[in-house]
Amino acid sequence: MSAISVTGLRKSYDGVEAVRGIDFEVEAGEVFGLLGPNGAGKTTTVEILEGYRQRDGGEVSVLGFDPGRAERAFRERIGVVLQQSELWPVLTVREVHRIFAGYYSQPRDVDEVIELVGLAEKRDAKVKTLSGGQKRRLDLGVALVGDPELVFLDEPTTGFDPAARRNAWALIRSLRQLGKTVLLTTHYLDEAQQLADRVAVLRAGEIVRIGKPSELIASTTVQIRYRLRGEEVVLETADPTRELHELTARALRDGVELEDLEVRRASLEDVYLALVEDEPE
Amino acid sequence: MTLFWHQLRAEQLTFWRSREAAIFVFLFPPLLFVLLASVFGDGTEEGRPVSSYLVAGLIGYAVANTALGGLAITLVLRRESGILKRLRSTPLPGGLYLATVLLSNLLIVVLQSFVVLALGVLLYGADPPERPAEFVLVLAIGAVAFAGLGLATAALIRSDEAVAAAVNVIVLPMSFLSGAFGSTEDLPAVLQVIADVLPLKYLIELVLATYVDNEPIGDHLGAIAVVAAWGIAGYVVAWRRFGWEPRER
Repeated sequence: MSAISVTGLRKSYDGVEAVRGIDFEVEAGEVFGLLGPNGAGKTTTVEILEGYRQRDGGEVSVLGFDPGRAERAFRERIGVVLQQSELWPVLTVREVHRIFAGYYSQPRDVDEVIELVGLAEKRDAKVKTLSGGQKRRLDLGVALVGDPELVFLDEPTTGFDPAARRNAWALIRSLRQLGKTVLLTTHYLDEAQQLADRVAVLRAGEIVRIGKPSELIASTTVQIRYRLRGEEVVLETADPTRELHELTARALRDGVELEDLEVRRASLEDVYLALVEDEPE
Repeated sequence: MTLFWHQLRAEQLTFWRSREAAIFVFLFPPLLFVLLASVFGDGTEEGRPVSSYLVAGLIGYAVANTALGGLAITLVLRRESGILKRLRSTPLPGGLYLATVLLSNLLIVVLQSFVVLALGVLLYGADPPERPAEFVLVLAIGAVAFAGLGLATAALIRSDEAVAAAVNVIVLPMSFLSGAFGSTEDLPAVLQVIADVLPLKYLIELVLATYVDNEPIGDHLGAIAVVAAWGIAGYVVAWRRFGWEPRER
């Protein structure tokens, strides 16, 4: 059974369409990424699935519930990490976890969760004394303390330094071992590649690609670059062997040198940027 | 019910742990009382110690300061920092959450009033309340009604930077005009008219009735009506305008 099923989802704000009819399914136990630039509709989509916003159109089912009705039984089974939130600054890490644990009928052991998110040493530290990365782990801890089946992570590493991102990634991978379904939004391609089983690439409220990270951004074209009489030439080809053979044969016959000749596959970053930056037809 | 007590404890914990709130909200009215009583607290008026009138006035101020001001500040800060939004995705029902916030507030108001009262009796020769049960009832009515105004204020103010200033602009002049800090007989007529409309004057009337004048609150139904009407208006505004999500982003 799918943990999340979305069909024809639409949402507008003041007449501007933020989400324009998207479809996707997330299997139970899967880590699914919504990837795209700022303003692509990632947060709007996630907040509809979390029950924060009402959709304008389409069908949505999350763990068998309609999140638009935001029933308590539904909220028992999800964990949410918002893009921005700062929990009570004067309470300790443990106190915040205990307060949240009290909201759920079957909470996990608080100390175990604190251990899991790597805050054991900060157990008795006040929230206001935590670093940005530690606050994010606190957010994750309180999202896990109710032992949810499905965890929403909205841009979990935005603003992190590289080391903190690596730590966060390891933590998110550990969620998979716990058997959680994870819906993750990010605008970092490498993050989606590192973490997600499948990714939907969003652009301007529409899904432009969906699939495994390796396939959807696998580039099929190869670039051949060289300079001819000072002018840079770039050829894009799906058939590089033949193209290169003909090019060099021609050059040899004419006795010209192909300066700075280079053959390379377009980087994933190039492909991704092309995907999200192209104007839709 | 367990969830209710759990959240009430959490509310009390966050209140007392936050030193700024505890000092500004809880200690300020008693401190102001000590200050005023030290200067004006001697002598009698109509056979009653003047300090008794100051106790009544400062309790009125405490209700406005805590139930309206403190509550509005707390809620706006929590809304803008995303706590309220985060709580919405937990199984904690929103109505239950607000109920614990209001009850927590009420407990603080009652406790604070007793601190002012105790200081008055012990240090400045004020009388104990003439009608203790009705006196506590008046505090409860006041706290619940002013909490409605606090909710409305929180609902109408957009930013966490504006809220403390806005609250002071509401609470301090109202307290002054309503006689919380002393007699208003010498005020210009126009200011007295403003005070006649505001709820605090009537709350102080009710405190005086049950505390000093030994009159049943049944004799002051008009005052109860004004306080209740303001409270209800506050809850109506809050019902229509209160939001759980940050406004400033």
